Amino acid sequence: MGAEGIGARIARKEDKRFITGKGRYTDDMVVPGMKHAMFVRSPHAHAKITGINKDAALAVPGVIDVLDGKQLTEDGIGNLICGWMIHSKDGSPMNMGAWRPLADDKVRYVGDAVAIVVADTKAQAREGAEAVQVDYEELPSATDIEAAMADGAPQIHDEAANNLIYDWEIGESTATDAALASAAHVTEMDIVNNRLIPNAMEPRAALGLYDEAEDHYTCWTTSQNPHVARLVMSAFYNVAPENKLRVIAPDVGGGFGSKIFIYPEEVVCLWASRRTGVPVKWVADRTESFLCDAHGRDHISNVKIGFDSENRITALKVDTIANLGAYMSLFSSSVPTYLYATLLSGQYNIANIHANVRTVYTNTAPVDAYRGAGRPEACYLIERVMETAARELGVSPAELRRKNFVTEFPHQTPVIMAYDAGDFGASLDAAMQAADYSGFAARKAEAAGRGKLRGIGMSCYIEACGIAPSQAVGALGAGVGLWESAEVRVNAVGTIEVLTGSHSHGQGHETTFAQLVADRLGVGIDTVSIVHGDTDKVQMGMGTYGSRSGAVGMSAISVALDKVEAKAKKIAAHLMEADEADIEIDSGELKVAGTDKTLPWFQMALAAYTAHNLPEGMEPGLKETAFFDPANFTFPAGCYICEVEIDPDTGVTEVVQFVASDDFGTIINPMIVEGQVHGGVVQGIGQAMLEGCAYDAESGQLLTASYMDYTMPRADDIPSIDVSTTKTECPSNPLGMKGCGEAGAIGSPPAVINAITDAIGNNDLTMPATPQTVWAAINR
Amino acid sequence: MASISMTVNGRAVSGEAEDRTLLVEFLRNNLGLTGTHVGCDTSQCGACVVHVDGDAVKSCTMLAAQANGSDVKTIEGLASGGELHPVQKAFHENHGLQCGFCTPGMIMAATEMINRHGASLDEKTVREELEGNICRCTGYHNIVKAILAAAQEMGGAQQAAE
Repeated sequence: MGAEGIGARIARKEDKRFITGKGRYTDDMVVPGMKHAMFVRSPHAHAKITGINKDAALAVPGVIDVLDGKQLTEDGIGNLICGWMIHSKDGSPMNMGAWRPLADDKVRYVGDAVAIVVADTKAQAREGAEAVQVDYEELPSATDIEAAMADGAPQIHDEAANNLIYDWEIGESTATDAALASAAHVTEMDIVNNRLIPNAMEPRAALGLYDEAEDHYTCWTTSQNPHVARLVMSAFYNVAPENKLRVIAPDVGGGFGSKIFIYPEEVVCLWASRRTGVPVKWVADRTESFLCDAHGRDHISNVKIGFDSENRITALKVDTIANLGAYMSLFSSSVPTYLYATLLSGQYNIANIHANVRTVYTNTAPVDAYRGAGRPEACYLIERVMETAARELGVSPAELRRKNFVTEFPHQTPVIMAYDAGDFGASLDAAMQAADYSGFAARKAEAAGRGKLRGIGMSCYIEACGIAPSQAVGALGAGVGLWESAEVRVNAVGTIEVLTGSHSHGQGHETTFAQLVADRLGVGIDTVSIVHGDTDKVQMGMGTYGSRSGAVGMSAISVALDKVEAKAKKIAAHLMEADEADIEIDSGELKVAGTDKTLPWFQMALAAYTAHNLPEGMEPGLKETAFFDPANFTFPAGCYICEVEIDPDTGVTEVVQFVASDDFGTIINPMIVEGQVHGGVVQGIGQAMLEGCAYDAESGQLLTASYMDYTMPRADDIPSIDVSTTKTECPSNPLGMKGCGEAGAIGSPPAVINAITDAIGNNDLTMPATPQTVWAAINR
Repeated sequence: MASISMTVNGRAVSGEAEDRTLLVEFLRNNLGLTGTHVGCDTSQCGACVVHVDGDAVKSCTMLAAQANGSDVKTIEGLASGGELHPVQKAFHENHGLQCGFCTPGMIMAATEMINRHGASLDEKTVREELEGNICRCTGYHNIVKAILAAAQEMGGAQQAAE
């Protein structure tokens, strides 16, 4: 592996610019003539727009123009789309209503964009936005699932009767019902997965620049996938043809899914730049982020799990309703279906599974993928019901799980997924040992002596990432392919540039991707540069989400490196008059095996470009491209154990220990992987104990629209986290990698809630388990 | 409009700004020091922390005019002579940052925290005093580790000097 190769725990190359204040985020970009934008947003959850008067706004000093939805429609800008078609079980396509980048007839949630004001300064744009007079005719609103499905509920989109978007199912209903009917024991639960607001620390931003002379647009934006943004804005929103639109995602301050989607603001800033003739920059303030970034989760479910007389699972039946908000965001339809219900088998052998999923429109922000996207909801459901079943059956939660683990691979579940590799027992053992599981009773007794309730809970998660292969996801309704691209350029002096379609917004690709090159070629990581995030520089790529950059993105680099190596060996063999099969690449040199003949890497590279002496018929240069489309998903899995102490008088709950044991397959840089787990686990603890999005049912106003109302995890809310890994390699990519970005957020919420319910002896608890909620449960 | 003069990172600067201009806006827009970030509008997230006359201050909570005549240090001025400050070095070595957006505020808050507590800084105090700095990426684990490591190094160096 070498000191900088695969498996090396090295500090990140990209850190220096961030720790010295030289990072370059979208809001840091300044272009000549740049002006500032503010959006006029709906204050109502549901209303008809009956008129817009711009006179007062246009009179505000510094205001250049005020543009509205009618003008946007006149210019032919298209609807925002959902890119994954789901069909209901009756065969009908999902009922998708139009999402205009600026609402022109009706607003459907508080924060819906109505107009854009462009002014010399941000403060003037804000004053202008406040002066735009929009006349609304208010309509009744529905912000939660029950209200949206009730008889006589407000009709949010004409296309979706009763606000139902689709009614979808997976698995065998009749067989599952029969297996439940004959089960020796059935555990049934109603489960709520609370709605979350992603809150990447960098607010979303966009800078649109129209160059009239070239009829060309440039968009700097906070995107996890700039190429997909260009594709969608070009092919569907009619902003500009792809060759006339450059999308740049510079340093991006976290995403967690919320920056996958193409939102109204970047489309409108580009269009407004052409309309006004000036570059237009918009930066969300935090309240706009709360109001308008796609939210996550928001499921209500009923689950039944059946066991035979030996406590083996015989059936799982799930009925879920998911809130998709006021409009269908880019991948919203796939989250509660193919990213959720396909993981309902968990780590277990379950012969019969059936899930029914309905999704509804509500007068709330759109809901889409947020760290884990469907998989946290599946994991929470199955790991809560397994823990509860163990309590009802009077058996150890660990042993009930172990008895039902899948132990032979590949394993075909009844819900599409074919698990390719894993050792669930190894993760469980490692976590139980790290947590001193057997010593819990003594710790509980000791805590009781101090008047505290101590509880322990576990979660054995499995997830699927590196969504693939393209042909398969296409057959399930995906509008895009889910491969990744890489180009490896060896320069004439031997230094290397890797152009990747993946995008780093905290994941450390500039280091880990360079480590892969260092591992293969034996060069130092300082001679390798990673280029990403600019559609003018990098070939088409699919971006970063779903923990795919290692398993798919690095695999593409690996395949491109195969091609580079093959050509390099041909050149070296020619120059050293040796057989190509005898050439080895090691420590920055090409060597003839069994001899002392060597050729430095840079001399081979120079030879490729001088082209004075290349093998007959070989093209000059050394640059290779690969598009990698994996054969299957990868399946990270692991076991998390949480221990809590609760003050019964106040409900205040402290996480006193958190242990994570994960199987991520091959790990490139353990330090970076551990960091991903730390962050994911804390987001999961946040969901379990702190974070909960709340809309007022009457007015439809977002009650949690600032950091004073929405509880983000702070440093003093959580303990240090004990992280370790076990390893089974993924067979469907050349590196054996799985994915580590989302695991922490997927596996941790049920571990926390299982621990709290264990402590208080009351299973009736919904997330977030705030002190008030816990206190109420104790006293119920 | 107000005429504002201050020392920023050891250099005398001055400029004209609207009375309502916040210190963070003056630093970012007038001086081009974009290392100081804005992550919220309610003084909660701490991405904008700078030092004003040695105190850690949320620069979104102070008018530029209030800092008139002050000695301001931002993340860009923390390293000296090409040498990273021990807190910057500790964040790098301990992987105390991911996306980097909260990092300047974290490092400025941590530096001031260590200046106040020295080598006696413990994990509980670090976690409590980071209450005003939000990070969404790291789960704070490696930030806390980095601050404790820097406190040891800085405290140790202080003791050696004494």
